[in-house]
Amino acid sequence: MVAEVIAVLTEQLDHAGNPSSLHGSGRAARRVVEESRESIARALHARPSDVVFTSGGTEADNLAVHGIFAARRDADPRRTRILTTAIEHHAVLDTVEWLAGHAGAKVEYVAVDAAGRLDLDDLRRRLDAEPDDVALVSCMWANNEVGTVQPIAEIVAAAHAHGIPVHSDAVQAVGQVPVDFDAVGLDAMTVTAHKLGGLVGVGALVVRREIDVSPLLHGGGQERQIRSGTLATASIAAFAAAIDLAVGRQPDQARRLEELRSDLVRRAREAIPELVVNGDPEPGPEHRLPGLAHVGFPGCEGDSLLMLLDAQGVECSTGSACTAGVPQASHVLLAMGQDEAAARGSLRFSLGHSSTAADVDALIDALPGAYERARAAGLTGVGGSDA
Amino acid sequence: MRVIAAMSGGVDSAVAAARAVDAGHDVTGIHLALSRNPQSYRTGARGCCSIEDAGDARRAADVLGIPFYVWDLSERFHADVVEDFLAEYAAGRTPNPCVRCNERIKFEAVLDRAVALGFDAVVTGHYARLESGADGAVELHRAVDEGKDQSYVLGVLTQEQLRHSLFPLGDTPKERVRAEASRRGLAVADKPDSHDICFIADGDTAGFLHRELGSRPGAVVDTTGEPVGSHDGAYAFTVGQRRGLRLGHPAPDGKPRYVLDIEPVSGTVTVGPREALEVRRLEAIRPNWCIGGAPTEGVEGTAQLRAHGAVHPATATLLGDRLLVDLHEPATGVAPGQSVVVYDGTRVVGSATIASSAA
Repeated sequence: MVAEVIAVLTEQLDHAGNPSSLHGSGRAARRVVEESRESIARALHARPSDVVFTSGGTEADNLAVHGIFAARRDADPRRTRILTTAIEHHAVLDTVEWLAGHAGAKVEYVAVDAAGRLDLDDLRRRLDAEPDDVALVSCMWANNEVGTVQPIAEIVAAAHAHGIPVHSDAVQAVGQVPVDFDAVGLDAMTVTAHKLGGLVGVGALVVRREIDVSPLLHGGGQERQIRSGTLATASIAAFAAAIDLAVGRQPDQARRLEELRSDLVRRAREAIPELVVNGDPEPGPEHRLPGLAHVGFPGCEGDSLLMLLDAQGVECSTGSACTAGVPQASHVLLAMGQDEAAARGSLRFSLGHSSTAADVDALIDALPGAYERARAAGLTGVGGSDA
Repeated sequence: MRVIAAMSGGVDSAVAAARAVDAGHDVTGIHLALSRNPQSYRTGARGCCSIEDAGDARRAADVLGIPFYVWDLSERFHADVVEDFLAEYAAGRTPNPCVRCNERIKFEAVLDRAVALGFDAVVTGHYARLESGADGAVELHRAVDEGKDQSYVLGVLTQEQLRHSLFPLGDTPKERVRAEASRRGLAVADKPDSHDICFIADGDTAGFLHRELGSRPGAVVDTTGEPVGSHDGAYAFTVGQRRGLRLGHPAPDGKPRYVLDIEPVSGTVTVGPREALEVRRLEAIRPNWCIGGAPTEGVEGTAQLRAHGAVHPATATLLGDRLLVDLHEPATGVAPGQSVVVYDGTRVVGSATIASSAA
């Protein structure tokens, strides 16, 4: 966490007021929350009244998808379809699956191409078929694994032609690429503080006042009756400070990360010519996030590579793990048409504000040796590569 | 050395890993996921396949401050251990899946991968001792705690595998291992031991076999071939078994009857008196020599015929690719499919799979 955000946070830790209280310290807290709300709205190009604070991105995704689905279907029982993609974060995927299993939702996964980008023609076909049955469309702004940026404005235009609301999970995008809520015309958008340099445990659903959202959490009626619960004043203040900095620094940051990333990819390719870079190869905010490199290593188990790199101080990640900790093939790569073996042999390298050229050097030093060993281990057939 | 600690989530492997750290090794903890769907195996606190166990192993690794990963061996485990277990029972034999798991999973699949990844050895919580012999060979010996000794299930290891193994608990009684775990702040100190087969969730082996192999009715006959009962599947029987035979009428002499033989093709189970179970000689296949190579002459020593079973003075002789074991005193209840492990004093010489036996 950067010093400016820590300063804001520690300043607030001295104040104990509940922003819903009417007394003096409550009013002081209320002012901090509302100024933070205005600041966050400004950073995202939304109205302050659009910002609904949550416990983070997962809750905001659940609130958007579940809450808008329930409200829209209550208004018209025909609206049971949810259009989304198979590359969404699990906070969206598992929510729509739950709605399918428990609330009669019919979930459709709009096709994505080999770069991980939503197919607009497929979306329009599905919308045009039975527009009156669609409750909402949800598509992430940028994919968290391969970094591909989605055509949000076009998605919104296609859905709004039929009066259908659109939600986007922009957790990965804010601070990395320009995010303008009003300009793209979204109805709801998920953001979270810790991806921007704030604290874990606070985020927001930016949702237009005109959109009806059924609450998930019932209680004191805070946040437009959409999200009850005492507001976390200090965390919210730090969130506002972090988003201000992140959005302000975004152009410089993107340029710097793009340079580091292209250096990383070029040198990794020189060392291992057979590696595969996943996602959109073109740079730029319409194409992909600047600081992500998602790389496939043929013949390797990603978790072997991860372990070897980890031992040398290089931290990267595979897709995800199940409850018991077993690495799973990335659902994003599978949806992009890759086979199980390729998906299991891929790693994500994330560059952020603290990454330096020395970090890239360390990775490039460690990578060839780790790759050779991981390939040798892959040949032992352990870890499911013989599946 | 750079070593992999195989951590099941139990107290033994946690203390073994801790001792490897104390010994100055660079230790990485590994938990083996043996089921793709943990709920299908045992889900209580005592298994080796559950989410709780993976969590317990992770907690122990965190306390020790070592890196920890989960390795997915579910497909290998199913193909090499579970399917072998079913095929052996279907063939009228009585397999030991822990022996098979050591042979194919812990000291083959895991060790191969570890070595390929640049590790020098695998550490486990088995109760057995390794010593350096005068000739430079690594010797496998029984544990000091005879009640916990697990050298029997390690008899399938080769000299090469033993060279890449560490068993830090072989010199310590179990109770002291628990006390040490508690002293080290490992939450698994009081976790119960696992005894049953980890992939049979409810401990009901006969029920598991019946579900997996289906109903295969057959006859129970006496030593003259006279039918004395029937059954739903010969796989529910083990040579030497007395209980649960469900025979309609008592033997003419009124003495209890035991399973003497299982004929898998017809499903015929032969029962008879205890005396008929006595075995003085047995023949075993696929011998493995922990000592490095086959001994040039017969081994005068002892033989153990099942896990935690009695120790029989015996002479073992290699005949072609078969091992003949002459027992100096008769043994009973010798089941084909089990391992015979040959010892010279406390040292494991080798092992083989029992194929047949004779009085």
